[in-house]
Amino acid sequence: MKSTQNPERGTGRLVRGLGVASLGLGVPMLLRPDSVARFAGVDDSASAPALIRVVGARELIHAALCLVGPQRSVWTRVLGDAMDLAVLAAAMDGRSGERRTRVNVATAAVAGIALADVYASVRTARSQHGRGKPGPLTLEASTTVNRSPEDVYAFWRDLGNLPSFMQHLEEVTPKGDDTSHWVARGPLGKKVSWDAEITGEDPGRRLAWRSLKGADVDNAGTVHFAPAPGDRGTEVRVVLHYDVPGGLAGRAVARLFGEEPEQQVRDDLRRFKQVMETGDIVRSEILPRGTEAKRQFLQGPAQASAQTSNDGSSR
Amino acid sequence: MKAVVWEGPTKVAVKDVPDPALLNHRDAIIKVTSTAICGSDLHLYDGYIPTFMPGDIFGHEFMGEVVELGRDAGSGSSANPDGLRVGDRVVVPFPIACGACSPCQRGLTSLCENSNPNAGEAEKVMGHSPSGIFGYSHMLGGYPGGQAEYVRVPFADVGPLKVPEELSDDQVLFLTDVLPTGWMAADMCDIQRGDVVAVWGAGPVGQFACLAATQMGAAKVIVIDRVPERLELAAKHTGAHPLNYEGTSVLKELRELTAGRGPDRVIDAVGMEAHTDVTAIHAYDKAKQVAKLSTERPQALREAILSVANGGTVSIVGVYGGLVDKFPIGSLMNRSITVRTGQAHVHRYMRPLLDKIRKREIDPTFIISHHLPLAEAAKGYDMFKHKEHSCTKVVLKP
Ligand SMILES: [Zn+2]
Ligand SMILES: [Zn+2]
Repeated sequence: MKSTQNPERGTGRLVRGLGVASLGLGVPMLLRPDSVARFAGVDDSASAPALIRVVGARELIHAALCLVGPQRSVWTRVLGDAMDLAVLAAAMDGRSGERRTRVNVATAAVAGIALADVYASVRTARSQHGRGKPGPLTLEASTTVNRSPEDVYAFWRDLGNLPSFMQHLEEVTPKGDDTSHWVARGPLGKKVSWDAEITGEDPGRRLAWRSLKGADVDNAGTVHFAPAPGDRGTEVRVVLHYDVPGGLAGRAVARLFGEEPEQQVRDDLRRFKQVMETGDIVRSEILPRGTEAKRQFLQGPAQASAQTSNDGSSR
Repeated sequence: MKAVVWEGPTKVAVKDVPDPALLNHRDAIIKVTSTAICGSDLHLYDGYIPTFMPGDIFGHEFMGEVVELGRDAGSGSSANPDGLRVGDRVVVPFPIACGACSPCQRGLTSLCENSNPNAGEAEKVMGHSPSGIFGYSHMLGGYPGGQAEYVRVPFADVGPLKVPEELSDDQVLFLTDVLPTGWMAADMCDIQRGDVVAVWGAGPVGQFACLAATQMGAAKVIVIDRVPERLELAAKHTGAHPLNYEGTSVLKELRELTAGRGPDRVIDAVGMEAHTDVTAIHAYDKAKQVAKLSTERPQALREAILSVANGGTVSIVGVYGGLVDKFPIGSLMNRSITVRTGQAHVHRYMRPLLDKIRKREIDPTFIISHHLPLAEAAKGYDMFKHKEHSCTKVVLKP
């Protein structure tokens, strides 16, 4: 199972990487300013070591901000880069020969770092202050079912069976031709519905569908069926794409209620396997309905069910 | 109905709880006639198994009479070809198995892929989920246990085994867990002619492992414990050589008993709450366990690995819950040791062991020290944990 949608995560890694770089620059600047001055070609200036120490201290603040602060702290690095470039430009005046070369190299290095910082800052801004929409979500999950690909395919192809194991589906009504009407429970008990059409059908191997225009939630999916090696049944792989309503905020709210999309698809597939192999969804007293993921996070004691038994006898 | 309920570490109470009900078509409701307290219940009792919650009902060793059957629970299966009927007297295996998934069909029923509705939780801790188990935490299904007047049994067409009227409850009750577990412990050792087998723990599982090893042809069986009564019991009923580890070095003693080779097959029938004489190590393990830094005190396992002969087999049936510390992987790797382990695949062993009991080849009743009414469960737990009054096994009668 994996979720292939998370631009924020990549940006976060980049920002933390830059934070580590700041740490690597700041420590030698603080401890060995003379060596740094020689390296940068400004060792002839009496004030250079003091200035380098100040810059080193600033780098450590950048490091701390990037490593533990919010992603947008990376902007502080861009400001620092601008200051450094100004100082180096001033240092170029009145230097010649080898010292001039070293100042040029140092300037080129800082300019390179500045480019990386600007890139990271822009990415941060995009992912955090962008259009407020996370874009389509892609979810993948797979399971192995101890039945033949033909059986497994046939059960899935009968779309009316889907709500028996997909917890958020209330009803799927096939409408003849290749279209069907779907009703689902969205976050916070809100109902969503749409029409869908089968877009690809390869019996025993693959089934694809997508929602038609006007859907509350645009979605599409493909299931692949393949024989598992060594008579282990059928490998079932599901890929789903859908737009989560309400963007980032909607997803955050959904998570609050334990309706984590990745977990949902995984649990749905586990129940699909149960239905195919045992004919039923297995219930226990803490999960008497057997389908609500959020009950797994809000469990009560596993006492016997309060429901009265079929024969109504009291024991 | 009345049931034995956990209230927190070392606190149990017998309480009124709602009656169980059929939830799936293959369920049965069993009226419990006998149920036992198991060593692994003590790990729950002490609060070391994550996701066992106050209010949960104990018990995975139970038997009784079928009083209600779901629509599809009465059909025939390999356990009961004629199917199950209301009024049948049955023993129930502790792992819940569907009979249809691929592990079930290979006889690995404690790895059933369909019986844990909470598999997602178990995956977080163990990577993949084993089967659901009665009265054994939410991570393993959240099924109420059988230390109660009634219990719901899922997949009743696959699990419960009918037992003949002429055998008493005491004779067949241990088919539910400790007898198959002891048998599988020895089975996993793949005992060869001339093998010396050492068993850590003279609790019920250790006793039955000794018995099985003897019956499987071990040249000598050594049982290691510190409770004299338990060692005597093993010596008397299984023919094992008793070794009290208190005041001696197990490694040194085993070396002597095997002329330097070490036992060829070793069985850890102790698990996560091992006691040891080496006070510093015991204190270290215990402190980590109490601080929840580690779930295990694996001293028996460490000793078993270090003492086993080169190229030998380590069979682990003592219960572990999470991660261990100071694990002698170097010894294991450098000396070509084989490790085999698992919760017992009870369904596979139940029928052949029932036959042995009927033919009087084994009589498992020797491990029972106490019969108590269900209402005195708290006393039973306390006695069993502290091994007072020569307590080896408590059978509760609802
Ligand atoms: Zn047990
Ligand atoms: Zn199964």
